[in-house]
Amino acid sequence: MASSFIHPSLFLILGGLLLPFIQGPLRKPYLFLVPLLAMGAVVLNASLSGNFATVSFLDWQLVFGRVDKLSTVFALIMGLMAVIGTLYGLHVDRAGEHMAAWFYAAGSLGAIYSGDYISLFLFWEMMAFASVFLIWFRRGKQSLAVGYRYLLIHTIGGIILLAGILLRYQAVGNITFDLMDVAHPELYTWLIMIGFGLNAAMVPLHSWLPEAYSEASFNGAVFLCAFTTKTAVYVLARSCAGMDILVVLGVIMALYGVIYAVMENDIRKLLAWSIVSQVGYMVAGIGIGTDLAINGAVAHAVVHILYKSLLFMGTGSVLYMTGKTKFTELGGLHAKMPATFFFTLIGCLSISAAPFFAAYVSKSMIISAGFENHLNWASWLLMFGATGTFMYNGLKLPYFLFFGQNNCSAETWKKAADPTWNMMIAMTLGATLCILVGTAPGFLYAMLPHVVDYSPYTAYHLMETLQLLGFAALAFFLLRKYVEPVDRICLDIDWLYRKAGSGFLWLVKGPLQGGDTAWGEAYRVVGLSSLMTLSRFWSWFDWHVIDGVVDGIARSVRALGDKVRVLQSGQIQLTLYYAFSLAAIVFVTFIFFQLL
Amino acid sequence: MTNLIASLQTHLKTVVAVCFVLLAVIAGSSLTVDTHHAHTWVEQHVPFFWSFFGFAAAAVIIGVARWFGRSGIQAPTDFYDCSTSKSCEED
Repeated sequence: MASSFIHPSLFLILGGLLLPFIQGPLRKPYLFLVPLLAMGAVVLNASLSGNFATVSFLDWQLVFGRVDKLSTVFALIMGLMAVIGTLYGLHVDRAGEHMAAWFYAAGSLGAIYSGDYISLFLFWEMMAFASVFLIWFRRGKQSLAVGYRYLLIHTIGGIILLAGILLRYQAVGNITFDLMDVAHPELYTWLIMIGFGLNAAMVPLHSWLPEAYSEASFNGAVFLCAFTTKTAVYVLARSCAGMDILVVLGVIMALYGVIYAVMENDIRKLLAWSIVSQVGYMVAGIGIGTDLAINGAVAHAVVHILYKSLLFMGTGSVLYMTGKTKFTELGGLHAKMPATFFFTLIGCLSISAAPFFAAYVSKSMIISAGFENHLNWASWLLMFGATGTFMYNGLKLPYFLFFGQNNCSAETWKKAADPTWNMMIAMTLGATLCILVGTAPGFLYAMLPHVVDYSPYTAYHLMETLQLLGFAALAFFLLRKYVEPVDRICLDIDWLYRKAGSGFLWLVKGPLQGGDTAWGEAYRVVGLSSLMTLSRFWSWFDWHVIDGVVDGIARSVRALGDKVRVLQSGQIQLTLYYAFSLAAIVFVTFIFFQLL
Repeated sequence: MTNLIASLQTHLKTVVAVCFVLLAVIAGSSLTVDTHHAHTWVEQHVPFFWSFFGFAAAAVIIGVARWFGRSGIQAPTDFYDCSTSKSCEED
């Protein structure tokens, strides 16, 4: 049955290459069809198990189709996201933007199905280089610089990963992508984990995410929020499950993201910070490493893609319709964008783990796994972070965006309205799935890599959640003036490399360029002048001395030749006469000197 | 939906009162729930534990974020532009 595996990335890559040639009324059906075919291929692959699409390359066996429960559940949600994301941006005319999105999704699906490090690395880099166009296509004044920073950071991450892969190959002798010996980590284990961790936005390697995702195009962000970090979660779950340090890093991510999201003024940057926080839960779950924790991390990744894409679609609609993304330039929009408000609210309740909404069935699995594994400190801090998530995403975002003080200019208010039909359908689909997963999680649990022995709908869990959310809401409304957005940016760890970059630029433009100019001038004045004098001397010397000697010898030889030539008449008797005369002179001279 | 929200806004005091009653009901109901399966001692023995936890956690996060922001993390929007051009030096 090896031939039955169909790689979904092929549809997206070939579909993307053909897209510029599909014009006019065929464009929209084609846009919808291609990701649907990719999704269909993923669904067909779901019934398989084992390694498929193996290719011999040099001494290695590349596996492009490793199918098991872990890869299948991630491939399904990524395939679904390709469909929803394309539907959301169906009206976008730029073929390049759809191509970038599809190549990006193809990279993600390729990485998920990879069974070896070489094909994984290939698709990994494909993701980075395709996704940067989703930032550049925003065409804002910051887009280009942000895109380059994004690419630079991901290139560094790729190099770290490649170094880990090479060291691992040297040590282990194979390229199989599987669980590493995390109990006895080698240098390559750390490098691979860091390479993956950078894409998962692990603190302190996370700064690229809030900056890039908030700067992406309105529909590009819907793709970005789903693929990179969750593919990283997949590869971490595959290779680093049970690595203790991930618990610490995950908890730090969960809390760090909360604090920055509470301070943030940009609605999409708030959501980007929220990704850092939510992926922290998944990373912590992978670090705990038990069956329940891994199930929780995978389930949370799936529902996170659903609610986060819904939230980015809601805020993307605000950006698309008004051109604004700051709380301080928005507010009170429920009256003008009621449907967008409704869908965004479902996303907010889903991320807040409100009962009957998506994250309620997943987040608690990770926290429970922490308690069961005697990592109480981690679970308490994750609960603390969950309260923060509800506050900034469940309360701050909808309150200050759709209610609160109306900061819209007359122009913004006039432009504000619910978006186009395709965006509405995509949001309807996302919202429906958020509620469906939250109310009936059985089908999600059935797809998880391990057997699920967990029920989220217990009376205790329900009351625990209602108390937590209810009283956190009370605190928010009592203290809301302290979280009121202000028109400022939040400095983050990127300050270090942005300042280092500025410092390097100053060093190059200032001291280095100045030194180079001074050296050039000194060379021109001192070096070049002295060299010219020296050259003139050697020219004179060559002309008058060397050439004089050579020419003098030549002239002397020629003059002698002229004299000697007279002696050569060609008559034998004269020649004998000269020869004997010369011999006689030599002989007489010799005798004369002997007598002295 | 817009009409419903407008109606709720016109009866804001009633809405707030209902919310407080709802909170009281939730907190009260928590006493009736079996806590034997709770993971830790405090959950099992401290009444209204998650109510306190939710309120305190939210208050602490707001406080920490505010302190963090005021300590220099929140900067003017042209912070990075200023660092690469001289036009802001006069400001």
